[in-house]
Amino acid sequence: MSALSQHPGHEEDKLQRVREQLPCRENQAGLLLSLLGQPQQYSYPSIFIYGHRASGKSHVMQVLLKELELPHATVSCVECVSNSLLFEQVLLSLFGCEAAALLARTPSLSDFVRIYRQQCSQSPATQTRYIVMEKAELLRDADANLLPALLRLQELVEDNITVILLSEISWDKFRPNTGCFEPLLLHFPDYSKGELQQILSQDRHPSYSAEFYSSYVNILLGVFYSVCRDLRELRHLAALNFSKYCEPLGEGKVKETDTHKLWRNIEPHLKKAMQTVYLREVSSLQWEQMQQMEEKEAGALRGLSAHTHVELPYYSKFLLIAAYLASYNPARADKRFFLKHHGKIKKTNFLKKNEKTSNHLLGPKPFPLDRLLAIFYSVVDSRVAPTASIFSQISSLVTLQLLSQVSHDDQLDAPKYKCAVSLDFICAISRTVNFEIVKYLYDFL
Amino acid sequence: MSFNIMSKRKVQDAHLPVGECITEVQTILRERLCHQRLPDKPEGVEAQHRHLLELLKRTAIHGESNSVLIVGPRGAGKTMLLRCVLRDLLEDKEAQKSLLQVHLNGLLQTDDRIALKEITRQLHLENVVGDKVFGSFAENLGFLLEALKKGDRSSSRPVLFILDEFDLFAHHKNQTLLYNLLDVSQSAQAPISVVGVTCRLDVLELLEKRVKSRFSHRQIHLLSSATFAQYVERVQTQLSVPDDFPDTKFAQEWNDSIKVLCGDKSVEEVLQRHYNSSRDFRSMHMLLMLCLSRVSVAKPAIKPADLLEASRLCFADAKANMLHGLSILELCLIIAMKHLNDVYEGEPFNLQMIHNEFKKFLQRKSNSMYNFEQPVIMKAFEHLQQLELIRPVDGSAAKTQREYQLMRLMLDHSQIMDALQKYPQCPTDVKQWAMSAFG
Repeated sequence: MSALSQHPGHEEDKLQRVREQLPCRENQAGLLLSLLGQPQQYSYPSIFIYGHRASGKSHVMQVLLKELELPHATVSCVECVSNSLLFEQVLLSLFGCEAAALLARTPSLSDFVRIYRQQCSQSPATQTRYIVMEKAELLRDADANLLPALLRLQELVEDNITVILLSEISWDKFRPNTGCFEPLLLHFPDYSKGELQQILSQDRHPSYSAEFYSSYVNILLGVFYSVCRDLRELRHLAALNFSKYCEPLGEGKVKETDTHKLWRNIEPHLKKAMQTVYLREVSSLQWEQMQQMEEKEAGALRGLSAHTHVELPYYSKFLLIAAYLASYNPARADKRFFLKHHGKIKKTNFLKKNEKTSNHLLGPKPFPLDRLLAIFYSVVDSRVAPTASIFSQISSLVTLQLLSQVSHDDQLDAPKYKCAVSLDFICAISRTVNFEIVKYLYDFL
Repeated sequence: MSFNIMSKRKVQDAHLPVGECITEVQTILRERLCHQRLPDKPEGVEAQHRHLLELLKRTAIHGESNSVLIVGPRGAGKTMLLRCVLRDLLEDKEAQKSLLQVHLNGLLQTDDRIALKEITRQLHLENVVGDKVFGSFAENLGFLLEALKKGDRSSSRPVLFILDEFDLFAHHKNQTLLYNLLDVSQSAQAPISVVGVTCRLDVLELLEKRVKSRFSHRQIHLLSSATFAQYVERVQTQLSVPDDFPDTKFAQEWNDSIKVLCGDKSVEEVLQRHYNSSRDFRSMHMLLMLCLSRVSVAKPAIKPADLLEASRLCFADAKANMLHGLSILELCLIIAMKHLNDVYEGEPFNLQMIHNEFKKFLQRKSNSMYNFEQPVIMKAFEHLQQLELIRPVDGSAAKTQREYQLMRLMLDHSQIMDALQKYPQCPTDVKQWAMSAFG
């Protein structure tokens, strides 16, 4: 509490409002405020704040700047696909739309600094101005001079300005190879379990008691905490599943204090939610509808990934099967599988032990077109002519991303491919054409 | 603000409330640490200062053309030296009247066209109306060269070109701007001086032969050679308040407390660590800034504990901080990756292998607590990739399936073990799994 209590230059009631809006972040906000100093004093040219997703980086910045009424520009680097958008946004927020209109169609950084200086001489800073860049990791993909220039913007525009970068990634991955002005690094630590509980308990439903909701949050964290610490995700899950938790109360079976029965009721439901809603297999709306329907078991609805069944033409299926066999079998085993009168192959020699398990672990290997066609002819029963339609089916399998071409596009002779489907998928396909693929796979011999 | 100070100074030995004194101290020191306020005299670079001042004086007063490069690592005080020299130069009435300055920065003027416009603008040539520059690149260059050519040593005003981030100018196409500027400085045209500021020691290798031959090869190196005693002294002067502080009693107390602080044993250790890692001004300023921010009315002096805390913030390992916030599942994946790294000696791995390794651990434990489905593990894996704790071996991510994409771990052994020690409520079996040598 004490971290936010005394900051000369800011009014007490404003600080009080800030404190109310930042649960479990008083220390960070206090440190940040003392670094920024009083509004008329100079502040450090650039500050880099990093921390996990949903650890309150943007929220703290927004609340501080809004409540204390500091002049600022907030820019999301996702939105600013070009530099001119970035410059426009900054000038607009700091000086109003006349300044933004002065920018040329494709302004360079030099133009931006010139206009900034010009505006700045007309309305000199009485307070530190702030530029907050969210998702700053995207600045690395922008022009090479943008990040170093932003870091020393205070020196370039000769104004009392501080650039604050917010990111999930640590500063080490940002540093350009010729170096730059080093920003002040600040870390926002993750919320502990107790803090998460405290924050989540805040948005309780008014018709239920605080203890009731916090015991619900406790159960929720017990299921999800080992997998997910993202506050936003947890909050979303809490809101979704609360109605199910309250259900026995509505039916009058249990009382609010009977936590054990409530836990027995909700726990399998939450475990199901981890496999469905958490992975976005089932959308939140569908999940809510499922909860309404009593008789329908949750999760009985087929999620997104259950729709993997694809209707393919007969030959395309066999081409895909052949591609799978070519990708996951070593080439020297082909003779054994696909030739009628192969010579005698010693069993001990044939099955090298370490090679045996590794094919489905290492992933598909590339194969040439010739091998694909050879396997294809031997697995298809009838005689097939190598017509244009067969070859066009191969290339359309590539566009469907069931196969992927490994060699470059310009190579017309002897292209190489990889099979890009899973074992379940290919088993389903081969079942439809009565082909037992497991018998032909080296790994399952 | 300055008005305020003036009126207060008249009343000698005025006693201000502590709050105002602290505000005053913060204002003075922040301007020094954050805004790189110029010192009255540059410290430790007197020889370089004399040399550069002499050189620029010859241009400004006698009309000689020169070129010089100031080279030194980042934060060594190159810009500070240059600005000190310019300030001292402009004290001379004659120089102030005649000298024209053009400031360019390699970060801002990214190609010759923009640079040329900026030069024309700063020199107020006749094709500038208001703030706009007219004409094409060729016309602008023609204008500039003609204007420079017309002049001679006796009649025209000397121009000082200051090129910050000089090495970036060497990346421009054909190095046209550098060639022309250095060519003018070599031939008997208008007197100009070209001062380049760069942090690259090999900057001359970047220049083309024709450009290099026109450069005077005069270099001023700023390599920090301060001993530890000088370093501590510098810290002390940076934190002290000047003599014209409004409340003399407070200033005296403040300066005394700083002196005591710098004599402290633990402070000395901290400073020694910083001195060993880097000697430049910038990292020192960052450290002092963190100390200064902890000064408030309730605590009106810097204590050794503040410096320790600031140093801890400076030296914090960012990756360890990030590892602290991972979930158990993500931590287990990282341990599996560490084992794979140990067994296969740094070969890249994919998600299937990691999952396999993780399953082996679960089988031995026969504890179903961590039995997660493959998609949940995939989600955790992707989160690790977003945090750039693992990185794909080849960039083409679209071509292979996600579970078979080869990855590398961007952490080393000790970082993982340290993180495990600090991890809140780490399960014992996970810890033991990480300790065991092979999976």
